[in-house]
Amino acid sequence: MKAFADLYYRLDATTSSNAKLAALRDYFLLASAADAAWAVYFLAGGRPRQLVPTKLLRALTLSASQLPEWLFEESYHAVGDLAETMALLLPDASHTSNQGLASWVENNLLPLRGLPPETLSQQLLPLLLQLDQRSQLVCIKLITGSFRVGVSRLLVTRALAAVAGIDAKRIAQRLVGYTDLAARPTAAHYLKLIAPVHEDGETLSEGQPYPFFLAHPLQLPTEQLAAILGGPEDWQVEWKWDGIRAQLVKRDGQLWLWSRGEELVTERFPELHGLLQHLPDGTVLDGELVVWKQGQVQPFALLQQRLGRKTLNSKILQNLPVVLLAYDLLEWQGQDWREQAQSVRRTQLEEIVLSCQQPQLQISPLISGASWQALDKQRAASSSLGVEGFMLKRKDAHYGIGRTKDVGVWWKWKIDPYTADAVLIYAQTGHGRRASLYTDYTFAVWDSPQDNPERKLLPFAKAYSGLTDAEMREVDAIIRKTTLEKFGPVRSVTPTMVFELGFEGIALSSRHKSGIAVRFPRMLRWRQDKPVAEADTLQSLQALLPQAASPASQEVDES
Amino acid sequence: MDLIIARPEGLYCPPGDFYIDPWRPVDRAVITHGHGDHARTGHQHYLATAAGAGILRKRLGEHINLQTLEYGESLQHHGVNISLHPAGHVLGSAQVRVEYQGEVWVASGDYKVEPDGTCTPFESVRCHTFITESTFGLPIYRWQAQQQIFADINQWWQSNAEQNRASVLFCYAFGKAQRVLSGLNQHIGPILVHGAVEPLNQIYRQAGIALPLTHYVSEIEDKAQISKSLVLAPPSAQGTPWMKRFGDYSDAFASGWMQLRGTRRRRGVDRGFILSDHADWPGLQTAIKATGAERVFVTHGQIHPMVRWLCEQGLDAQAFVTEYGEEAAEAETDFAAESALSPEPSANTSSANQPAAEIATTTATTATHPHLRQKARRT
Ligand SMILES: [Zn+2]
Ligand SMILES: [Zn+2]
Repeated sequence: MKAFADLYYRLDATTSSNAKLAALRDYFLLASAADAAWAVYFLAGGRPRQLVPTKLLRALTLSASQLPEWLFEESYHAVGDLAETMALLLPDASHTSNQGLASWVENNLLPLRGLPPETLSQQLLPLLLQLDQRSQLVCIKLITGSFRVGVSRLLVTRALAAVAGIDAKRIAQRLVGYTDLAARPTAAHYLKLIAPVHEDGETLSEGQPYPFFLAHPLQLPTEQLAAILGGPEDWQVEWKWDGIRAQLVKRDGQLWLWSRGEELVTERFPELHGLLQHLPDGTVLDGELVVWKQGQVQPFALLQQRLGRKTLNSKILQNLPVVLLAYDLLEWQGQDWREQAQSVRRTQLEEIVLSCQQPQLQISPLISGASWQALDKQRAASSSLGVEGFMLKRKDAHYGIGRTKDVGVWWKWKIDPYTADAVLIYAQTGHGRRASLYTDYTFAVWDSPQDNPERKLLPFAKAYSGLTDAEMREVDAIIRKTTLEKFGPVRSVTPTMVFELGFEGIALSSRHKSGIAVRFPRMLRWRQDKPVAEADTLQSLQALLPQAASPASQEVDES
Repeated sequence: MDLIIARPEGLYCPPGDFYIDPWRPVDRAVITHGHGDHARTGHQHYLATAAGAGILRKRLGEHINLQTLEYGESLQHHGVNISLHPAGHVLGSAQVRVEYQGEVWVASGDYKVEPDGTCTPFESVRCHTFITESTFGLPIYRWQAQQQIFADINQWWQSNAEQNRASVLFCYAFGKAQRVLSGLNQHIGPILVHGAVEPLNQIYRQAGIALPLTHYVSEIEDKAQISKSLVLAPPSAQGTPWMKRFGDYSDAFASGWMQLRGTRRRRGVDRGFILSDHADWPGLQTAIKATGAERVFVTHGQIHPMVRWLCEQGLDAQAFVTEYGEEAAEAETDFAAESALSPEPSANTSSANQPAAEIATTTATTATHPHLRQKARRT
């Protein structure tokens, strides 16, 4: 446990990737396979469910340290991290345990789950008092499910590759699904991760997917694209779908579906199970899971609703049908195809989807244009189609791992955010540095067009970023002068100010008075030129909704 | 009667008509120690310990009207008996004991209960009323023995030296730097010092405190030795061009504030060593208890939690509003004082220009550290 706690401190103390890498390497070189197995699990983001309620730990800390509650709160306020506060306040260790991480987790921590509170309180303190302060902190984080440390999966992969003396890509491949282990990570799992590579290459066991290749944002003006990317004829252009990235694996007469979080989600999408009979063994497809109706993608919010359901009844399956929009082929006839050119993979993929002839498996269509400008024009239709823009994939590129750029790059060429001109109607003071200024605003649009003399302003979004300090002070002064009413920290004001808001998504919502919810709203600029009467209307916002989600076709309730 | 009260100029003793560590110019000032927030310029008369005289003169000017007392020696002034007692904080630091008509008050200044080799250890003084600092007055602050911290520092240095990386340790120039020095293992490599640190080392050496040999980086002829060295620099040197000469170095910060992961991370250094010249929570409790005082005034740091805690322990505790700062404030004032000095070639130094140049860079950057200034003002 101590070695793992020391590793945590080394990782936590530095922002340098090299220092983190060195710390990881040092740890893995010395750790037993059983300890390393758990370390990989935790570092790669694996998290067992909370074993001990935070409340109980807090009470335990209070009684063990014999401090009044207010002093605990003062301390917590100074520290800012609950587990750390508790570790600092618990009495010093009576002796230091030499037990390794695996033994601690398996013999001491996991058995705590589900114990009645009285038993827990009795067992926990003697356990914690075997640990030095650093180990206490890590241990508390592990049992409360709040263990997080700033290392990327890629870094863990690189460290393991260095320790094992094999290629990082190989490790990445073996690491897929590791944190999803239904069983506990064992020495055998770890040894498999770092085992030498056999000459004949490695066949992936069971349903293991490949590491996903991830896209980078393209943030260049259209005029510059030709200079940087060359002509569009070298690129495969597709829509960028707003769904769940997934790999469909068919091997040994079985089907597995993995999400980008490398979570096995096969059970969540029964409509895809039918593909089992139609895809040959040794096939792995990469694509996007979306809700699809009448030949059109549906908003992400609907997919989320489906994921939120514990059980999937036939009504939901009927109302929210999911398809896989395939866009890449990673394995074919049992062969790893990732080093084939993008265009070769695409041609084969088209054939597979065509011969499969199943509506739940569709191909993500290609878009062509004579120039980037021409493509840009088509891209403008994105929001009405419910997509986020384009994906650009070089036709001769291989399929990389994660965010690597060495064998080719995928670019996401996203559309500009949605915009609307809205009226400031409520203001609230900010936090910290801005605590004395009114900086958090609620914005409204008109509920009907200008010709209605009775029309009202409907709040639909809150935003607090996007203004300069000077603008903020000026707005603050106007708010104070035009205040109508005060309720606590909030003031309502006479509508006089119009702002252009930008946001990244828009969807129907029964929780909002306006019936509309926007994602990540922020102020783009203060439209001092615009009178309040010319601000946008609910109708103009509704026009931004993806067509499929317009009120007429809405069928699913939001309860 | 109250022997010490808070006035806009500083803590004041009415029957004796003198101040303790005043922050505005006064006629008579008793100074607990040389940190910038306690020892200020502009007073007519100064009273301090003999051990602290060197520092005071260096920082406030050779010309100040300074009277000194040995620890434990006393002086009568307007019928008030004044004596100074070791506070264990930095060289020459003292608690001020004031006795008048059988009533005894002690003002602690800053103190640390753990003895270290660079100043006279803290001595508890019985009194009716105790005025205490509370810089680390929360139970989350509990220090490890300094031997453990020195071992950690030496181990860090050793492992860097093996990889040919210089080890840059940031710490406050007066007090902390010398304490760290006293714990370094000279066999690991050369010890280099920043121009703001060395003049203070000289004062410690003159006071008879044995410190390892130190050098300016410019004196190192074999440049390969730099990668084996430990460098002591003030916090404000972090991120300045001065650091470039050390190449790919590892850095660390030594302070009680390093106890918290958050502050350590905000510092942006590779390592944080928890080493403070102030008492930790248990230290404050024992020190307060040992005085036997029934009344306690809390001057700086975690004032409110400490006052409330002491009241709950059955003491009559209150807060004194002062302008004493935290370590950060002390650090900043260190610099103001340091830049006023014209550095002289020291026993270890052959070049007088080098330290001057080094100081110039650091003062320039102090001015651009708004968070330090802000912190100084807040307390
Ligand atoms: Zn001090
Ligand atoms: Zn102080």
